[in-house]
Amino acid sequence: MLEIKNLQAKAGEKQILNGISLTVNAGEVHAIMGPNGSGKSTLAQVLAGHPAYEVTGGEVRFEGQDLLDMEPEERAQAGVFLAFQYPVEIAGVSNAYFLRAAYNEIQKARGKEEMDPIDFLDLVEEKLKLVEWGPEIMSRAVNHGFSGGEKKRNEILQMAVLEPKLAILDETDSGLDIDALRIVANGVNKLRRPDNATIVVTHYQRLLNYIVPDHVHVLAGGRIVKSGGKELALELEAKGYEWLTEEAVTA
Amino acid sequence: MSTSETTVESLVGGEYKYGFVTDIDTEVIPKGLSEDVVRLISAKKGEPAWMTEWRLDAYRRWLKMEEPHHWGNLSYPPVDYQDIIYYAAPKNVKPLASLDEVDPELIKTYEKLGIPLREQKLLAGVAVDAIFDSVSVATTFKESLAKEGIIFCPISEALREHPELVRQYLGSVVPVNDNFFAALNSAVFSDGSFVYIPKGVRCPMELSTYFRINTANSGQFERTLIVADEGAYVSYLEGCTAPKRDTNQLHAAVVELVALKGATIKYSTVQNWYAGDAEGKGGIYNFVTKRGKASEDAKISWTQVETGSAITWKYPSVILQGDRSVGEFYSVAVVNGRQQADTGTKMIHVGKDTRSTIVSKGISAGQGNNSYRGLVKVLPRATNARNYTQCDSMLIGSRCGAHTFPYIENQTSTGRIEHEASTSKIGEDQIFYLKQRGLNTENAISMIVNGFCKEVFKELPMEFAVEAQKLLGVSLEGSVG
Ligand SMILES: Nc1ncnc2c1ncn2[C@@H]1O[C@H](COP(=O)(O)OP(=O)(O)O)[C@@H](O)[C@H]1O
Ligand SMILES: [Mg+2]
Repeated sequence: MLEIKNLQAKAGEKQILNGISLTVNAGEVHAIMGPNGSGKSTLAQVLAGHPAYEVTGGEVRFEGQDLLDMEPEERAQAGVFLAFQYPVEIAGVSNAYFLRAAYNEIQKARGKEEMDPIDFLDLVEEKLKLVEWGPEIMSRAVNHGFSGGEKKRNEILQMAVLEPKLAILDETDSGLDIDALRIVANGVNKLRRPDNATIVVTHYQRLLNYIVPDHVHVLAGGRIVKSGGKELALELEAKGYEWLTEEAVTA
Repeated sequence: MSTSETTVESLVGGEYKYGFVTDIDTEVIPKGLSEDVVRLISAKKGEPAWMTEWRLDAYRRWLKMEEPHHWGNLSYPPVDYQDIIYYAAPKNVKPLASLDEVDPELIKTYEKLGIPLREQKLLAGVAVDAIFDSVSVATTFKESLAKEGIIFCPISEALREHPELVRQYLGSVVPVNDNFFAALNSAVFSDGSFVYIPKGVRCPMELSTYFRINTANSGQFERTLIVADEGAYVSYLEGCTAPKRDTNQLHAAVVELVALKGATIKYSTVQNWYAGDAEGKGGIYNFVTKRGKASEDAKISWTQVETGSAITWKYPSVILQGDRSVGEFYSVAVVNGRQQADTGTKMIHVGKDTRSTIVSKGISAGQGNNSYRGLVKVLPRATNARNYTQCDSMLIGSRCGAHTFPYIENQTSTGRIEHEASTSKIGEDQIFYLKQRGLNTENAISMIVNGFCKEVFKELPMEFAVEAQKLLGVSLEGSVG
């Protein structure tokens, strides 16, 4: 589904990603771990097409298409979804209006019918259950005045509605209390299907108790310095990142 | 400046759709202003003698006044008042027995502007007075309104048919010598709308005036007077456009609102005069005096969406004369290209327990310059007066400007005045967030801007709100893709 080859990227003068290669197949969950500042969010943002980052080398193919050649909205329409580490507030625009606009753009791109507001509310009602929310949230402005936890939950709600092929969750667990963490993880697990894939970016092992990954990769200094199965996450929990970062520096 | 910011800037500033010129036989008087010109205008309108004198008095006062050139946060070359045509009217506009008699060219013009004048196509629930250059060319639904005792007609007609009513209120809110542009308007105004809602009557439909400047080098000086008698209610809409021309044109209007005891007047404007080209050539100079006087328990509410004009100088105000009267001002002002706007409001609290609300949303793009200027004045008698002001600016790109000049004069110890202000830059991150959810840049910006303006749009009558959103859509529409 996703094939990243030797990806390099910078922001301004700062080189951040120094050659990342990673293959994600349909049905898989990959965890990307690593210390603060190792480039995890940068990788996520580059895959989504954030204009602040310039790709300086490598390639990315998504379902055979050249992902780096696509506009951010084209990537979204093709099925790439990023749950932001810091979701953005849009004052004066209701969650319902925003989500329906997004849903319809993606429907259109897939050659399907747009949905009217009434039918859309029915669809959303189902999805709200997944994140254990009532309908009130739909009339609030997008992330405006939301708590940190509510913002993360709202990202998962959007993911549930938009049904991406590839979901990238950037530190969706940070700032969540244990109940919210359970709700978010539960939502993600219920959305897992054989034909979609998930990349979970996280600093802590905690989330991976709930969302069990097939593969774990450790990022340090803009490179993947180690890959393994889910037991790698536990090893990191016990040993910390230092032993790997040192290897990366000397490598 | 990053590349995506450039895209954002180029997006604002779609084509001006209303820039066409109507080819119609027009009667114009020679350029320039003198007592004779004032007399000529008055004669053309068949006005009573007192009105001619009223105009001449205004003219003589105007001669002694100075243009407030350096007052607003605006800069433009001096206006040559002898180089303007003060009266231009399509020929063959006689009193009409029915709308079918309106010149087909005019009907076509208004249809292009989205304002149908033919009876069978009339907008449901909206009565329209169409003003073309200096005269009113059609007023719809007049008869059905008359059944309720409502007068809705061109002010020139009101001066002939209801002279006492006009005489009682004309200049009662904006005196002839109020300011330079008001004095000029009082001397030379040629048409506008007159509305009278009798005691206790709730006007059953939206009343609307649509202004169109067509003739080159002419000015438009319209005068609107709305009187809501005790306990009456009216909602009034005003729209305006002008052809694209490479010289500046002057629009100096006066609007007076009189809300008697317990009456409510809601006045909404969607102003889309031609703004000039990207280099700042051409466009309308919009110098407007709008003011309302609210008696006991009366309410006056101004809502404006200002997207056009090269220069906007406009402060719709409310004199809260009566106890417990209410004043409101909701405004969206958009500047782009080289546009300059200096707009805001004045809330003058005279009566006790009076309340006012000001919500101003300024959007600046391109090299536009947007200033909010507001005065909240609480006079000694106005105990327990309340004001809430919220003033938000949004910047699109980095070459535009936003300024706020709030003036507060509280002469009581019981008055409470709250002021909140914010400035935000439409962020790359907001746009990216929406793009990541599948929206293109244009739709993303339009969504963010509409959200920013929401508190104002919700004050507009339903049909107008849709219009206003579309209008912003148009000015934000662009050349991407
Ligand atoms: N837009 C940017 N401009 C400049 N530096 C950036 C930008 N984004 C990230 N960086 C820098 O790149 C490094 C990696 O950041 P990030 O990808 O956010 O790390 P992580 O998510 O792993 O904590 C950090 O040193 C960060 O300061
Ligand atoms: Mg991060």
